[in-house]
Amino acid sequence: MMEVVKVSDNIISPLGFSVEENYEAVMSGKSALRLYEGLWGLPFPFVASMLDDSLLDDEFRKCADVSRLPYGNFTRFEKAALLSAIKALESASVDTESARALFILSTTKGNVELLGGGSPSLARVRLASTASMISRYFRNPNQPIVVSNACISGLCAQIEAMRCIRSGHYDCCVVTGADVLSPFIVSGFNCLKALSDEPCRPFSANRKGLNLGEAAATVVYSASGSDSRQWRIASGAVRNDANHISGPSRTGDGSFAALDYAVRHSGCLPSDLAFLNVHGTATPYNDEMESVAIGRAGLEDVPVNALKGYFGHTLGAAGVLEVLLSMHSVEQGVILPTRGFDTLGVSVNLNVSDQPVETCKKSFAKLLSGFGGCNAAAVFTKSGKS
Amino acid sequence: MIEGCFKILHSVSLSPGLALLDGRKLFSSPGSANFLSDLYHHLRAEYPKFFKMDVLCKTGFLAAEILLEAEKAERFVMRNDRAVLLCNASSSITTDRKFIEGIANIDDFYPQPSLFVYTLPNIVTGEIAIRNKFSGETSLYVIEKRDDGILSSLIERAFTDDETLSAVAGWVDASSDSEYEAELFLINKHL
Repeated sequence: MMEVVKVSDNIISPLGFSVEENYEAVMSGKSALRLYEGLWGLPFPFVASMLDDSLLDDEFRKCADVSRLPYGNFTRFEKAALLSAIKALESASVDTESARALFILSTTKGNVELLGGGSPSLARVRLASTASMISRYFRNPNQPIVVSNACISGLCAQIEAMRCIRSGHYDCCVVTGADVLSPFIVSGFNCLKALSDEPCRPFSANRKGLNLGEAAATVVYSASGSDSRQWRIASGAVRNDANHISGPSRTGDGSFAALDYAVRHSGCLPSDLAFLNVHGTATPYNDEMESVAIGRAGLEDVPVNALKGYFGHTLGAAGVLEVLLSMHSVEQGVILPTRGFDTLGVSVNLNVSDQPVETCKKSFAKLLSGFGGCNAAAVFTKSGKS
Repeated sequence: MIEGCFKILHSVSLSPGLALLDGRKLFSSPGSANFLSDLYHHLRAEYPKFFKMDVLCKTGFLAAEILLEAEKAERFVMRNDRAVLLCNASSSITTDRKFIEGIANIDDFYPQPSLFVYTLPNIVTGEIAIRNKFSGETSLYVIEKRDDGILSSLIERAFTDDETLSAVAGWVDASSDSEYEAELFLINKHL
């Protein structure tokens, strides 16, 4: 079977503008979560991880080729997403102008904030317009695809890339996940009572809810022989709970089914997995559901970590950002700690990583779940098996 | 028309005033301001949650109802081999507009949870999965304009999941409460 390997990557977050910078920040225990009071005139405070406008703008001006930009005035979402793709592709030897390359954007709300104003252009609210802006920048001839599957989008987009390459439809996929915050998203999650008023505590007994975050992340996948030195996406699946549109299944049905499929089809044994990097939003229901799903999949002995305590929940970026940091940590032989975790507060006795732990294993599984009852899981490996 | 290495069992086309099954008129109500409700009653779906849905979900839900009734198989039995794969251009724009009205004025700040949930375009895939007990893959893709070649490729690729043997798949778009369309297909993986 055709191997699907990672050839390049990037993360744009408040903790840095490369995977390495973000990894160093996480390893030194930094978090971008801050308390915001009165931001955008919202009548409630909230804790979030937000990009610094001037840093983002400076980096964007430095890296973007003005002659390729379709307009002069970019939104924060467009800047973060395009900058991430530019940085990932500047070091990659892939032909983006080829019809054998496809651009995939993962986002939940894109430029939704433009609905409130009217400028620069309402047409740019459409998710596919941002995807097209990115693909045209790189002179790609294909109509790009946006994956908008709520919080699992970033992992779905990578699974789609794997399918595109394995099926022979494309030789290369550029997957960018991005979301920024706005009164729309923050007041939405707030009215659902999903937000914590302090930094989130994934899997902890005293967890109160999630924090939102802004990020863009890009991973470039390509067809390859069996070069075991590169990261492969080994398997992945998407499954629905068929239970409720805004709450996870108490029995973890969809997450269990996706995880079980991904591990069975990966060529890895549970003992080959360095860790499970899970969603871990720190809402009471999500973390409990994930623990049940992990237990049902027989993976409760595999170390578990979650990265929301550093970046918040970055929505459409989460699946890409969290996979890239997990890959980098495996390369360094480290299981990253779950910032904010203290006393286990879920019904299955998970081994939640709260300190950097050494590992020599070269594979990990990623799990996400989202509104609409959707769940996604995938296994990534750097080992020589095929 | 979509085509690929799969078998189309039935197709449904839904637009304001008209519902077609396999190209033949199933129900029409030209000029009705409540066409989707009229169609719901015509189908005798008996699913009160329908009335909570936004226009995108109602459109997708009704199109799926027509397809799955046409299948003449036992309904509402849990199956993990059937995916819901939908594509559109307008994402969840109709409900996005309504939700943002509730937060536009800080002196009359009233974000509604029941609206916010529908500001995700994939909720329509979840509504169909819940109604029909489909625990397979659900995916929602957004593209700039309808392209049956892209849709066909997305479906073919979803069938590379070896547990996915069947799908409710197609196009469902709602750019306002009165501008909606669906063309859905009931598809089997094997010819």
